[in-house]
Amino acid sequence: MNDLISIVTPEFADRIAYRNSSAYGNIWDVLDNVFDPELPGLTIWDLGILQDVNEKDSVLFITVTPTYSGCPAVDTIITDIKTEMAKNGFNKVEVAITLSPAWTTEMMSPAGKAHLKSIHIAPPERNDVVNCPICESKNTKVLSQFGSTACKSLYQCNDCLEAFDYFKHF
Amino acid sequence: MKDNQQNLIRFLIGLGDDSVVLSHRLSEWCSNGPYLEEDIALSNIALDYIGRARMFYQYAAELEGDKRTEDDIAFLRNEREYTNLLIHELPINDFAFTMVRQYFLDVYYCQYLLQLCESTDERIAAIAAKAVKESRYHLKRSKPWIKQLAEGTDESRERVQLALDELENFVGELFLMEEWETQLANDKLVVDRKTLEANWNSEVQSFLAESDMKFPDSKIQIRGGRNGIHTEHLGHMLSEMQYLQRSMPGLEW
Repeated sequence: MNDLISIVTPEFADRIAYRNSSAYGNIWDVLDNVFDPELPGLTIWDLGILQDVNEKDSVLFITVTPTYSGCPAVDTIITDIKTEMAKNGFNKVEVAITLSPAWTTEMMSPAGKAHLKSIHIAPPERNDVVNCPICESKNTKVLSQFGSTACKSLYQCNDCLEAFDYFKHF
Repeated sequence: MKDNQQNLIRFLIGLGDDSVVLSHRLSEWCSNGPYLEEDIALSNIALDYIGRARMFYQYAAELEGDKRTEDDIAFLRNEREYTNLLIHELPINDFAFTMVRQYFLDVYYCQYLLQLCESTDERIAAIAAKAVKESRYHLKRSKPWIKQLAEGTDESRERVQLALDELENFVGELFLMEEWETQLANDKLVVDRKTLEANWNSEVQSFLAESDMKFPDSKIQIRGGRNGIHTEHLGHMLSEMQYLQRSMPGLEW
């Protein structure tokens, strides 16, 4: 396990503190079953885009901040949230998209970063020194600044020669 | 106050138009890029600009009182109703031209959006804060390309030079303000683009000088975009972009 992954960022610390103080702990837990459609197994909580759960006039408001402004997954995520909530008996649900605070990879959870690595996607690094998620080598090079989705770029390891996605630090 | 609201809507649609038009141009490289990675990169940048256009259009539509949607704004207005600055609509030409234009606009947006983050309108500030990060990343990519092309072969250098010549008369408009926009700038809602020109020039000139190139100092400034006066190219682009909505109104994916 890469040591950097276990580092809790101030942004994530704020999020977890907020979640733990929320009166809707059960809802946050339900939402742990909603995944990013492009990143198998990564929950919207771990990705850092799930920002708030609240209630007004017996409607539950769930707030999400998009990763990139043109991210085409947003509509799917909204549908997935509503579906998961309905499965658990919550039918009055609104999903709000907020731009502020702007999402950064610093909001990602340590578990989320570890998960990315486990599916061979290099997690975001503050210094942009990208470690190969397969052989741990630091000797890597960028192949393309954009990869299969807006949030990733394409790298190759100079030691094991494997090409891999890097989740851009943003 | 009502005037200000009208001007604000006009401003938002103008910025949305800049983004959607450039986005469409970039998307024309999809499946035509020089190689696969570049194809993906240009399409991703196009996607960032689509996202940006949507944020501006959505806000404009809300301020208008939801009379029309973001899609109506993008797909159901004619050429003369589009108010993008002209540099965005020029055809993609060759790869050198696309990248020189992109580099110019990346430098411009990095400076412009950074200032727009200080807008007294919170929503505009939030959009700018999101978009400026994306433009910084775009710049990281367009800059090395300019260097590589300018210092590459005789042909690549010549193509960069042709792109610089072609763009010579279209950059000035980035820094020309309309009267109504100046009013908004006075109220600190938007940025006075005039104030960015000197910085933009010095950043671009000093970078080009590294490759022993120069952006000609044009005395001619072709303008009109913000007032719906366009080059011959926009109409053709819109006819392709709007075809589906025009022929099958209300169609959704």
